[in-house]
Amino acid sequence: MSFADIIHYAFLQRALLAGTLIAILCSVLGVFLVLRRLSLIGDGLSHVTFGSVALALLLRFQSVYTSLAAIPCVLIAAIGILKIADKARIYGDAAIGIVSSLGIAVGILLASLAGGFNVDLFSYLFGNILSISRAELLVTACLFMVVLLNVAFFYNELLAITFDEELAVTSGVRVERINAVLVLLTALTVVLAMKVVGIMLISALLILPAVSALQLARGFKTAILLSSCLGVASVIGGVFLSFFMDLPTGATIIIISFLLFATCFILRTTRK
Amino acid sequence: MNSISIEGLSFDYHGNEVLRDITCDIRQGDYVGIVGPNGSGKSTLIRCILGLNKVEHGTITLFGVPQPAFTAWDRIGFLPQGLQLFNPNFPATVEEVVRLGRLSKKRFPRRFDASDGEAVERAMDLMGISPLGKRLIGELSGGLRQRALLARALVNDPEVLILDEPTTALDPDTRDSFYSTVRDLNINRGTTILLITHDSSTIGLYASKLLYLDKRIIFFGTFEEFCHSSNMTEVFGHHGQHLICRRH
Repeated sequence: MSFADIIHYAFLQRALLAGTLIAILCSVLGVFLVLRRLSLIGDGLSHVTFGSVALALLLRFQSVYTSLAAIPCVLIAAIGILKIADKARIYGDAAIGIVSSLGIAVGILLASLAGGFNVDLFSYLFGNILSISRAELLVTACLFMVVLLNVAFFYNELLAITFDEELAVTSGVRVERINAVLVLLTALTVVLAMKVVGIMLISALLILPAVSALQLARGFKTAILLSSCLGVASVIGGVFLSFFMDLPTGATIIIISFLLFATCFILRTTRK
Repeated sequence: MNSISIEGLSFDYHGNEVLRDITCDIRQGDYVGIVGPNGSGKSTLIRCILGLNKVEHGTITLFGVPQPAFTAWDRIGFLPQGLQLFNPNFPATVEEVVRLGRLSKKRFPRRFDASDGEAVERAMDLMGISPLGKRLIGELSGGLRQRALLARALVNDPEVLILDEPTTALDPDTRDSFYSTVRDLNINRGTTILLITHDSSTIGLYASKLLYLDKRIIFFGTFEEFCHSSNMTEVFGHHGQHLICRRH
């Protein structure tokens, strides 16, 4: 079967389109998260997603509603991370750890009530991009617009708090509000990304393209653009490679993403 | 006219008193050197002025506006001792960093335009770093990075410039050149300067007023008043007072 043949499959077209949109979101937000040392927030929120997916499966929601049902849970968890870090006077990583473990614990309890881990839950844990429906693609496209427009609107403030929070305050930036925007956008993206690479690997999709781009970029916008290109290349490459070689798609995407990181790292060290 | 008025400011951190009953007025065009021992509350005072610490006792007024309601941050430039968690691999160019200073002039959505580009050029030119605009901020030496951050602080032509131990990491030549630039701003533009320094023995070379802090105000006034005050001789001794007054 040739490349030209498989590109005509509707499921593959949907997978490539949704994957591209989600890869762009993960890559753009990843640059801010990595530089703000919030890399693992994707991991924490994805564990909350696991809990909400288990709940949706227990209530026997359809696939598209499972993702939609996860959105409010993850948004609340995202705000919870910020509030715990602020009010309990602990660092962000500890707050992420608390919310993350709570999400996993709730997920395991609910999965147990639902009769154990079944095929549906595994498809969310490890991703199943090739099964994306038209409705899910539509939801993805809408949320893509919401997230990207917000990043565009708040770009300069996001850059300011990423560079230095205190300097941002002295420039009149409302740091708490912009932090909340970043975390909420990340929460939406995590919900979308669980279908692409699965809950277990979402943080890699947020981190790897960003850290790869940061090896080479000279300028913040260049970093975001390069990160997006690398993220999209990982997803498209992963979808095709997994299709041809009959490999799990999510894991293949992440392996390609890691290889791109290794390439960028080598390029940087040889450039020096 | 007062640029900054502080009335009865007290501040404590986790129950430890850091500032007690601070009252003073900083006038337009003043060059105030803020000195004092470690833990005397110098940086805390600046952080309260800038809204980085929430004031619970006392009031701070900036250009006649109570601090919590103050929004005209483009009138105040701030240069910290160092960046909070500076990442040497941060991908922003010097130009991008300087341009961030213009955010205080913007309303939502905060977009930059050609006038911002011109202001950035002027500020970098003033600091002598125009050729470095496309370099990454993390690639610069400590001295050049401080110049870039000073350009950021000056990009709005602020009426008040607040400097928190800005030359700690600089060699003596770079430090002198840095202070010379700041003095020019004070003399030629009438910019009000608040300079925190650990080095009370050199503050007399630059500042016109002295604020000696040790949780409370020990002295606030001109150097002439300080140097001729017998009360200060009692506090600092002849040698200490002479050290602060030297070459002024």
